[in-house]
Amino acid sequence: MEVIAMCRERTLELKLRGELDHHGACGLLTKLEREIESALPSELVMDFRGVTFMDSAGIAVALRGWQRMRELGGSVVLRGVSAQARKVLETAGVGRMMTIE
Amino acid sequence: MQRTENYMVMEFLSRSSNESFARTAVATFAAQLDPTLDEIGDIKTAVSEAVTNSIVHGYPNTLGKIVVKVRILEKNTLEISVRDWGCGIENIDKAREPMFTTGGEERSGMGFTIMESFTDRMRVKSSVGRGTTVVMQKRIAPRMR
Repeated sequence: MEVIAMCRERTLELKLRGELDHHGACGLLTKLEREIESALPSELVMDFRGVTFMDSAGIAVALRGWQRMRELGGSVVLRGVSAQARKVLETAGVGRMMTIE
Repeated sequence: MQRTENYMVMEFLSRSSNESFARTAVATFAAQLDPTLDEIGDIKTAVSEAVTNSIVHGYPNTLGKIVVKVRILEKNTLEISVRDWGCGIENIDKAREPMFTTGGEERSGMGFTIMESFTDRMRVKSSVGRGTTVVMQKRIAPRMR
């Protein structure tokens, strides 16, 4: 899957494109951590509008982002989440930890 | 025993690139039951979790055979079985607990929980050293025309 990172005024935005499954998520956690470490943002926005399918691999990605942002005292927003992906995230209670739009 | 009205079987190697193929093929076969978009999403997600489990946990350091069988039973019920001949699960109850994983930090431990909540029924049969079979059933609500 493809990731485009953009940082503006301490908001790090990651645009995700493709299928977020175990295959597609390969290398994504490392990329996520690297982007957070170099930007040190106060807010992390993960844009899911380009994600055509997501399974539990997406839970691991969202939780990792949340962990790192909590260490920095920042917050996480998941934007453009489809109904299918939202249902997956809600089975793990992800909505209690971060904003899902 | 419910009557089988239609079925399909497919076999593939436990490569992660087949995760997408497997869920798409099952969803395409299920299309004859006229599922809603939400139901298609549930089917794809449950299949993705089961097949990923076989790839990641069944065959952790090797490649092996995965067989997916889909049956259409009476009353618009879809039955999906995902079978591998990999290393098997030592403690099924433990494996089914939410957030439990032996798969390292890239896995969330939510696979079985998702399969359970996205289908109506799920059974797991496993034997260490011999493999695992997951059978899921989902009723597709008949739609008014």
